[in-house]
Amino acid sequence: MYSYDKFDQAIVNARVEEFRDQARRRLAGELTEDQFKPLRLTNGLYLQLHAYMLRVAVPYGTLSGPQMRMLGSIARKYDKGYGHFTTRQNIQYNWIKLEDAADILADLATVEMHAIQTSGNCIRNISADQYAGVAADEITDPRPWAELLRQWSSFHPEFSYLPRKFKIAVIASTQDRAAMRLHDIGLELVERDGVVGARVFVGGGMGRTPMVAPEIRDFVTEDEIISYVEACLRVYNRYGRRDNKYKARIKILVHELGADEYRRQVEEEFAQMKALKLDPPVEELARIRAHFADPAYETGLSDTIDRSDPDFALWVDQNVAAHKQPGYSIVNISLKPVGGIPGDASADQIELMADLAERYSLNELRVTHAQNIVLPYVKTADLKALWTELDAAGLAPANLDLITDIIACPGLDYCSLANARSIPVAQKIAKRFTDSGKEKTIGELKLKISGCINACGHHHAGHIGILGVDRKGTENYQLLLGGSGAEDASLGTITGPGFDENGIVDAIEKVTDLYLAQREGDERFLDTYRRLGMAPFKEVIYG
Amino acid sequence: MKLLTGNDLASGDVIWWTGSGWSRHVADAVDVGAEGDALLASESAARRVNAAYVIDAEATTAGPLPLHIKERIRASGPTVRADLAINTEIPIVKA
Repeated sequence: MYSYDKFDQAIVNARVEEFRDQARRRLAGELTEDQFKPLRLTNGLYLQLHAYMLRVAVPYGTLSGPQMRMLGSIARKYDKGYGHFTTRQNIQYNWIKLEDAADILADLATVEMHAIQTSGNCIRNISADQYAGVAADEITDPRPWAELLRQWSSFHPEFSYLPRKFKIAVIASTQDRAAMRLHDIGLELVERDGVVGARVFVGGGMGRTPMVAPEIRDFVTEDEIISYVEACLRVYNRYGRRDNKYKARIKILVHELGADEYRRQVEEEFAQMKALKLDPPVEELARIRAHFADPAYETGLSDTIDRSDPDFALWVDQNVAAHKQPGYSIVNISLKPVGGIPGDASADQIELMADLAERYSLNELRVTHAQNIVLPYVKTADLKALWTELDAAGLAPANLDLITDIIACPGLDYCSLANARSIPVAQKIAKRFTDSGKEKTIGELKLKISGCINACGHHHAGHIGILGVDRKGTENYQLLLGGSGAEDASLGTITGPGFDENGIVDAIEKVTDLYLAQREGDERFLDTYRRLGMAPFKEVIYG
Repeated sequence: MKLLTGNDLASGDVIWWTGSGWSRHVADAVDVGAEGDALLASESAARRVNAAYVIDAEATTAGPLPLHIKERIRASGPTVRADLAINTEIPIVKA
């Protein structure tokens, strides 16, 4: 994985000291909150419902063992013993004291981490496929590109005050595990006639105006990806709606201009930029790429798994994915225990995962946008020993991509923007479907819950989505069906009138019962919904 | 009744105006009536509170109860972590 050079470290260290002084001045009364707020937000420090919240960047979701251990240490030392992994592959701490914030950033800097650009109208953490570098189906490793984009976007002077926040995702497989087309810019690395380049999608996103990004260019060669992305941002930076926060995302600009006109303007900008030769030299990409070289895989390893323990076999079937290297496996650690809080992990669990990464996964972990953790380099022969340790720590729910593997934003339990609670609804759904035994029968079903229209819980992209709203001071939950954040990206459709907390659980049971009665062959819930359409589902809910 | 609330500048804790200072417990809060905006300005200037604002509440036998669910959750702590709650007796969803 990438390791800081002296410039990276110097920048991060300098930022820590700058923020330390800013926080000191705020606490001393030398800065008002109006003056301080943009400074703290630039360093990922929000004021949430109960306390300050610190969002720490995890570039493209990749962590080393020591970095993960530091995240656990911060949870124990400065927070209330836990952290929350987010849909942007980051981690948030809910109970931070302003007087501790600079010390936390200093601790993070010792392991090459920071909270820079985790808030504000700038380019946020670059996200990527959590299986990058180990997926059997990728055409190249997307991480060098994600890292190059990270470096290009960090403190980019032209893009520090965009009309609105900006999110970029990079994948290199036809299978989209990063919700790429629901980003402001999505890059899919592809190969054409032996040349690597990218398909470029612009103008996707969720929030109050969800859109699936249209393809703006079907191929840009790898040596021009940065300048093409820069051209995309320049057009947005010039014409994005700064007059209206709710129309300021690039998706609105692309939609209002139309993809063809936006593309024309980008191409015009790109033509000028090419002459400036702003793309990094090939040596720089080679330097970055060297950090992501394949490890020294052992060869001749067995792929045989002893499946005599049924619980272990169940976990293997559900949570272990195929690795590109024979003898190795990709392990998904579900942070979705029944009754738990989606994405939360205790300091003990975080530190254990750091230990396990060091012992079983070549010192590396990934955070997924589904709020789970991946160990990307596990020898298949070690799976049983690893599972045994995970299970003892409550980290072995065998539910990846099942209805209980719920994405949920913090909701009104923590978030000052939320209108309704997400977590209790997730807990009730998980309990209902575990108790009934239908979880496994239903199979793949991606259920996503947001506590407000900002859609941090990706409800638009759920096979089943839930949106919490405030209805005259009471929590109310709208049900959406048919969304997908994968390569078959689509937006969910609202079924009709909303429900209370118990009613939404009943409604979901009704639609899944209909699915079980109507599915053909290996159809997933989403496939059956797309075949049947909304009408029978509405009938069974409201009939 | 009207309550003045905000967050403690240094710790970020939710706090409530008691008439003479700030408390973490909504039960200690007092009705600020029409004085909320003036108190808000003076307390913010004195750096004793951050992001303060006035909310509506009702008087109950257990003390002031915020009308809006968001404020009741601020007063109680997260409903999904009883171990971190300030007051689990506060009714989040009103009957």
